[in-house]
Amino acid sequence: MIKLTTTSRRILQCLLALCFSSCSGIQNSINPAGPQADSLSRLWWLMFIVCSIVFVLVMVALLLALRKRTPHSDVTPVLEPPADQERRKRNVVISAVTITVIILFVFLIASFSAGRSMTAELANKNGLSIELNGHQWWWEVKYQDVDASNIFTTANEIHIPVGVPVTFSLRAADVIHSFWVPNLSGKKDLIPGKINTIWLQADKPGVYRGQCAEYCGLQHAKMALWVVAEPQEQFNAWRQNQTQTSMPPLSDSQKRGQQVFLSSTCVMCHAVNGTPAGSNIGPNLTHVASRNMIGAATMTNTREHLAQWIRDSQSVKPGNRMPQHNFNEADLQSLLDYLQNLK
Amino acid sequence: MSDERAKQPPEISTSTISDEELAEVMEREKGELERTWARPRGLHGWLIDTDHKAIALRYIVTAFVFFVLGGIEAALMRIQLARPENHFLSPDKYNQIFTVHGTTMMFLFAVPIMTAFGIYFLPLMIGARDVAFPRLNLYGYYVYLIGGILLYAGFLLNTGPDAGWFAYVPLSGPAYSPGKRVDIWAQMITFTEISALVGAVIVIGTTFKMRAPGMTLNRLPLFVWAQLVTAFMVIFAMPAVMLASSFLASDRLIDTHFFNPAEGGDAILYQHLFWFFGHPEVYIIFIPALGFISPIIITFTRRKIFGHLALVLSLISTGFIGFGLWVHHMFATPIPQMGQSFFTGASMMIAIPSGVQIFCWIATLWGGKLNFKTPLLFVLGFFAIFILGGLTGVMLASVPLDLQIHDTFFVVAHLHYVLIGGSVFPLFGAFYYWFPKWTGRMLSEWAGRLNFWLMFIGFNLVFFPMHQLGLHGMPRRVYTYLPETGWGMLNLIASIGAFILAAGVLVFIVNAVWALRVGAVAGDDPWAAESLEWAVSSPPPHYNFHNIPVVHGRYPLWQAPEDAPVVRGLSTTKRETLVTSVLDAQPELRFEIPGPSIWPLMVALATGVTFIVGIFTPWAFLVGAILAGGALTAWFFGDPNYENRPGHDTEEKSETVVPPGELQPKEV
Repeated sequence: MIKLTTTSRRILQCLLALCFSSCSGIQNSINPAGPQADSLSRLWWLMFIVCSIVFVLVMVALLLALRKRTPHSDVTPVLEPPADQERRKRNVVISAVTITVIILFVFLIASFSAGRSMTAELANKNGLSIELNGHQWWWEVKYQDVDASNIFTTANEIHIPVGVPVTFSLRAADVIHSFWVPNLSGKKDLIPGKINTIWLQADKPGVYRGQCAEYCGLQHAKMALWVVAEPQEQFNAWRQNQTQTSMPPLSDSQKRGQQVFLSSTCVMCHAVNGTPAGSNIGPNLTHVASRNMIGAATMTNTREHLAQWIRDSQSVKPGNRMPQHNFNEADLQSLLDYLQNLK
Repeated sequence: MSDERAKQPPEISTSTISDEELAEVMEREKGELERTWARPRGLHGWLIDTDHKAIALRYIVTAFVFFVLGGIEAALMRIQLARPENHFLSPDKYNQIFTVHGTTMMFLFAVPIMTAFGIYFLPLMIGARDVAFPRLNLYGYYVYLIGGILLYAGFLLNTGPDAGWFAYVPLSGPAYSPGKRVDIWAQMITFTEISALVGAVIVIGTTFKMRAPGMTLNRLPLFVWAQLVTAFMVIFAMPAVMLASSFLASDRLIDTHFFNPAEGGDAILYQHLFWFFGHPEVYIIFIPALGFISPIIITFTRRKIFGHLALVLSLISTGFIGFGLWVHHMFATPIPQMGQSFFTGASMMIAIPSGVQIFCWIATLWGGKLNFKTPLLFVLGFFAIFILGGLTGVMLASVPLDLQIHDTFFVVAHLHYVLIGGSVFPLFGAFYYWFPKWTGRMLSEWAGRLNFWLMFIGFNLVFFPMHQLGLHGMPRRVYTYLPETGWGMLNLIASIGAFILAAGVLVFIVNAVWALRVGAVAGDDPWAAESLEWAVSSPPPHYNFHNIPVVHGRYPLWQAPEDAPVVRGLSTTKRETLVTSVLDAQPELRFEIPGPSIWPLMVALATGVTFIVGIFTPWAFLVGAILAGGALTAWFFGDPNYENRPGHDTEEKSETVVPPGELQPKEV
């Protein structure tokens, strides 16, 4: 496999900027931030360059073949073309086919070795382990650990330490979904009744967006997640916080908000650890205020958006499973105070 | 007189009568043939007509209507995606529209229109009076029509399927798709399966047993080879999807659990069954189009094709390898790496026969004096688009790379490059090429060029940016996207392109309507082409050939000697055609072809009742079986061959009609 140096790759990317502009982005397979996406991106550039050359050569051959023309339909047909000319053509065709076969073998080997490097290392890795469960239309994220006090559940936002391989075991609660964070790795399906695995690793700190890649119904388009890659200490602090039970309400308004939460239909679906709310039908809200986005990475987690979501999530994400709530304004504000305190 | 002649075995005529007598006999025979093969009149006649040309044109017009409907759906989707967070379509409407778009284009447009070309041209190209099973042919059309109407009736009543054209379980299962939407999809599949299988049987029967004397397999036109390979693929692929859709329907209707993981069923089983059909399906659409390209290239380069044998072998090997790739649609499911590598290898391997064909065609074009007409222009467009699609196909064959681009807009780009480039461009070339044969009138060259350039530019504007969208992370089948993703610009370009592409199709429709009214009169053979369909008038007579020709080479009209012999002795007062041997097309017996009948329609209606009512109650299958059984019984009693004895029981021995030595098959 051709190994491109960083500089030459950058030059190449600049050259191709005309047709492949804006090679940055947080949901982009040719802007790799981890070892797998990196080897995939190299495989892509290899195939892209070879295929481009093949395409140009065939098009040139085709255009050259079009030089001689006649406006007439009734030119005497040639049934016995000159034998030496046909022989030359035959040799050219046979060579072209041979070259095709060779290119395909190169691709096959490159592809196989890229695939092996991605899966073979899985056994040796001893990093973080996460169970990802796909729901219509959000992601349930369970952090596994040998130490039971480090096990916790969150939703739609996965924090990982930089430079550490993370193994995902993928399940689905209802229909088939597909987990795909293009900057980090390829996709794998979440299939009901089966367990699929994938591992990935981020080498650069940053936020990477992923989106469900298998059509899963009405809101397939708005089933996204964030992967937040951060240095180990920062990750440890985050995990430390996530394993705690929920922040107790402090102000009067927050206390009232908790009452609203516990006495309304919220508790039918959502859990807030440390309170009687323990359902796991919807996302776990124990640390909802610590997340960047709501609605499966549909909206930023601001007070305004949260209010809009609670009041009328159907207008934002039609068909999602959260029913409408008609809280009065005072109750809503208290509820928001409470939720925003769940850091 | 004519009855007496009908009893004589067919033989090669040797001119022993005077020219005047001959002309008189010919005139009388033509009159008799006209009467024998006359198409029934009126609405009733329209319903029972079994002429393969009439049925094929109906197929083509119907499929083209579905193509336009599918195109309108595509345009609606492009409007919705033109900018982020657009509210033109609701998610529910969008999901119905993309499902119906895919289903329409695959099942109601591409497969039937390709079969239709075979049904129209097979008998004309191989020198037969009709297809092998004309009534079955009519039945196939009705079943297809019922399936199409069912889908669109559902769609217009807001019961359009919304689980994707692939309808993966469990999403399409009873728990996650309540209502009748997916049932309509599953039964529509059943109708098109039946229709496609019927078409395949007709193509195989016609090709193998009804070729004119002298047309050995070795001289079979590439068009017919392509149809033949496709027909075999249909026969092996369709039962798989029939199983998938029937299991799905029974899971939904009578609570079986084939695909329900909670009860020990398997969601992946569905994907295997579906793609075992679904991938060959691509070749079922694409191979007949390859069959359009060869005759167009032969005609407009004015030379024999380069590498006839290589082209035939490529078609056949594509047919085989096409069945070994289905898993590359499932690389993201848990499949062991060794298995994946096998399918990577197989998927890449299919590039070899495609490459062989492309190289052979370019070699044919090299050095030839090209007559640059619209059909050739579309073939050249095919090269540019299809080769690009083929190359991205090689990329998708690689498991690791596929995991990045699978189910993204990159795949949307790829599949449209291979299917529009590989099938629709040759199809439009074929429209321009054969329109004179269907109607007797020429399409406008000027409008043809405009049509081509609008389609070519529009197509590339729509689909080229999608490669980049896919790499930049845009998944397929999303009804909208957030502005922050940065996908807005490329999507807008694609949406603009969609309207240019649509304008190209509109130009074609205008051109066709204009040509039908005032187009230049074509004559029998406007392109001075080589194959047998150009030997008859435009449009062809109902009986196709007055005298079935005897074929002297791969390019019958170019290689016909001055006093080419013809087959004599077929009845002019009965619908007779010649049955010949499979390999060497030696005449074997005269066969009376069944004519118009109302029973195909009745059986089709019974089939329709069975499957449509079957959406609501399983009892429909009992009632339907009785109805169809009754109608079929009536159908078979009406068959003129009901009491036919096989040829070897009569005095009509085949050895009396062996052509003389110079007509024996030989290498061209």
